[in-house]
Amino acid sequence: MDRLDQLESQSIFIFREAFNRIENIAMLWSLGKDSNVMIWLARKAFFGHVPFPVMHVDTEKKFPEMYEFRDRYAAEWNLNFIRELCPPLDTIDDTLPPAARSAARKTEGLKLAIKKHGFNALFAGIRRDEEATRAKERVFSPRGLTGQWDFKDQPPEFWDQFKTDFPPGTHIRIHPLLHWTEIDIWLYTQREQIPTIPLYFAKDGKRYRSLGDKDITSPVASTATTIEEIIEELQTTRVSERSGRAMDHESEDAFERLRADGYL
Amino acid sequence: MSEASEAKVRLAAVNTNPASYRDLLRIVIVGHVDHGKSTLVGRMFHDTGSLPDGKYESIKAMCERRGVPFEWAFLMDALQAERDQGITIDTSQIWFKTDARDYTIIDAPGHKEFLKNMITGAAQSDAALLIIDAAEGVREQSRRHGYLLHLLGIRQVAVAVNKMDLINYEKDQFDLIEQEYRDYLTSIGVTPTFVIPVSARQGDNIVNQTGAMPWYKGPTVVKALDSFMPSASPVDRPLRFPVQDVYKFDHRRIIAGRVEEGRFSIGDELVFSPSNKTARVKSIEYWSTVPGKKAPTEAVAGESVGITLDEQIFVERGELISHVDHPPIETDVFRARIFWLGHEPLVKGKSYRIKLGTLEAPVTVQSIESIVDTSDLSNSSSHQVERNQVAEIVIRARRMLALDEFTKAPKSGRFVLIDKYDIAGGGIISMEGYADQRDLITSRSTNITRVEHGITNEARAFRNGHKGGVLWFTGLSGAGKSTLAVALEKKLFEKGYNVFVLDGDNVRHGLNANLSFSPEDRAENIRRVGEVSALFARAGMIAITSFISPYRSDRDRARAAAEADFHEIYVKADVATCEARDPKGLYKKARAGEIKDFTGISAPYEEPENAELTVDTASTPIEEAVEKLVNYVEMKFKV
Repeated sequence: MDRLDQLESQSIFIFREAFNRIENIAMLWSLGKDSNVMIWLARKAFFGHVPFPVMHVDTEKKFPEMYEFRDRYAAEWNLNFIRELCPPLDTIDDTLPPAARSAARKTEGLKLAIKKHGFNALFAGIRRDEEATRAKERVFSPRGLTGQWDFKDQPPEFWDQFKTDFPPGTHIRIHPLLHWTEIDIWLYTQREQIPTIPLYFAKDGKRYRSLGDKDITSPVASTATTIEEIIEELQTTRVSERSGRAMDHESEDAFERLRADGYL
Repeated sequence: MSEASEAKVRLAAVNTNPASYRDLLRIVIVGHVDHGKSTLVGRMFHDTGSLPDGKYESIKAMCERRGVPFEWAFLMDALQAERDQGITIDTSQIWFKTDARDYTIIDAPGHKEFLKNMITGAAQSDAALLIIDAAEGVREQSRRHGYLLHLLGIRQVAVAVNKMDLINYEKDQFDLIEQEYRDYLTSIGVTPTFVIPVSARQGDNIVNQTGAMPWYKGPTVVKALDSFMPSASPVDRPLRFPVQDVYKFDHRRIIAGRVEEGRFSIGDELVFSPSNKTARVKSIEYWSTVPGKKAPTEAVAGESVGITLDEQIFVERGELISHVDHPPIETDVFRARIFWLGHEPLVKGKSYRIKLGTLEAPVTVQSIESIVDTSDLSNSSSHQVERNQVAEIVIRARRMLALDEFTKAPKSGRFVLIDKYDIAGGGIISMEGYADQRDLITSRSTNITRVEHGITNEARAFRNGHKGGVLWFTGLSGAGKSTLAVALEKKLFEKGYNVFVLDGDNVRHGLNANLSFSPEDRAENIRRVGEVSALFARAGMIAITSFISPYRSDRDRARAAAEADFHEIYVKADVATCEARDPKGLYKKARAGEIKDFTGISAPYEEPENAELTVDTASTPIEEAVEKLVNYVEMKFKV
């Protein structure tokens, strides 16, 4: 088994554990490269099927290419697709800095959608190497009644034995891609020929390394126009993946506060 | 070479070696709190040119804001609370590469309070780097972490003796620490590959040999890590493939799971334990859209696969698949070395749920053999195991479990315990003194139908004047089983009962002459006696059996054979009393080490939980005890 086979096998194992142990589960689809790989891995785990709903919590501020991609592949991949809208911005805490406020709106939309559908657990495509607080995450990560993350007292997780028992009212985030890195995602996308949104490829000397809302996501300088070139670029870059995501950088603990409150 | 040009050379090497083919090694950094784990990671990143742009500056700014000197630990201590208190709370990971390979560095907290997070981090690693502060020397958590690494199954360990600058790079002091820690690790069965003197703060021997310690001839930390190997998948060991789930997609019934050890091919005959059903592999299922990818014909350790079988047998999650000739052990009792992480202590007699591979089952803590002090490896006894303690315990399940000894098959020889909703501990399995019960429960003959007797039990009892049954005497050697059995037999015979004593030494001359004293053969000895005494009972006789029969599982099996006619008689006397009697001189031999696995001395005696009758021979004279037994028989066996 090569490195991608090992990553794939571990993700499949996580999917199958969650699907067996937890009722009412759904997958979050952000339309980005990671969650596309996540859908792909679910199809591997369940022999071509995605046996749970796939939900997009829509800020309505994504790039048009992302919406096109969503509509095409929700049908082509035969997904049980759910779209939920985020509440208007003026209902969100106005003391937050602008980008964090925008991100908090997504958190709010997520909480409402979970409540509406009665999901006990969500698959989310976060990775440890994206950001330092995500590096401390568990694969099965419990959230409180209001979705908050108690990062100071996380459950132990070892020998692939995950916490799958919870008092009523607990919500669980499951992270099948936690152990992948950005470069792994691209290598796998290349190997498996997974469809990709064109915004990731360079145009006029810039490309998006990470996709979010239009107004708070900026492209990075790049000449990579193919997956091969992206992989080559990532092997030498010293720029961090989320440098183009404004909400990470507004204050020292901006992202930690967002995550503690329930952001992905 | 300047730092920048060195980084360039490294990147050139990386580029000629594409990531998909590069090894990935996961290293955990452990050690006592404040011995400099996070600092060492920061230094390693800086000196290999692995820091993202702007990271150094942002750490500097954070430190200035707090009015503290530059602190490398801020690279990984991502949480505000960690930076404010200057300690690592939870485990974290970070990535870097050397010319040789890619690394995931796992930082684990050294503070005792966060042991569960240390274990979470360490259990994911292929190898470990243990940090010891040269000025403070070997401390409590240095030993505990070393011990736990061993328990978690991590065999590749390097030690970095840090803060050498604080002791003026003195070789003598380093030698003392090295000796002390090597002695400790050796005593628990760990051989450290390297012990390296370093200063993380000054950058000595992390990536570069700086010349501060010319007396040290070994590798730097990074060179030492490069010499470690990623954990190889155990493909050449006997097959262990736990059933994770059973799917019914597209009219196929797919058994899904991950192959933990070994391999199998289409057509292989597999056995599911503990149900002991067998079937052959019909297909290995997969889904792929990659053109030209062929359906697999074999599966190996590490792969998550799905199979279909040649016949429809009912199997469910939790069963352990193997080949027929190398099956796992089946038992309902085993010994374990555990670490306890629960908020509530682990208590003798309390029930927990075990997760063993994909199996979940209720279990009870039968006994706590000892609490292990990880500092000096001394043992003490207690009725409970506190949070963060290590202990040896005996676990009993209410059903048969399929498992392995940890030393033989690590993946199926380890488990976690659940208390209420939480993973509260982990442990590794030993069967020392306990038998594999597989052969006792497997029936090899099929197509057998019982012949109905033309004579009813009632008719037999009417002719004999009493019912048939088994009086199963159990107790320590020297408790008085044989003396009582023979005396009772005589009394009952005189009173007109059809009665016969089955005695241990006697059956070993004939019926069981082919059995040794191994745990498995001892269990088989008892199984045969159980079946024979049940036949006596069915024939209308009273069988008195006189065997130590120390294991509950064996006695329960004998009970199942004779059904309602089984009477468990606990012939009770404590070890001291029996040892003082020592009619056959066996205790003396056992104490001298001439007999191993001697019940009560070097092997367990599991007291009956619900004996029909207990006769305490330490406090009751023999005549009185026989009287009590005769009364019991007259009451229970009358027609």
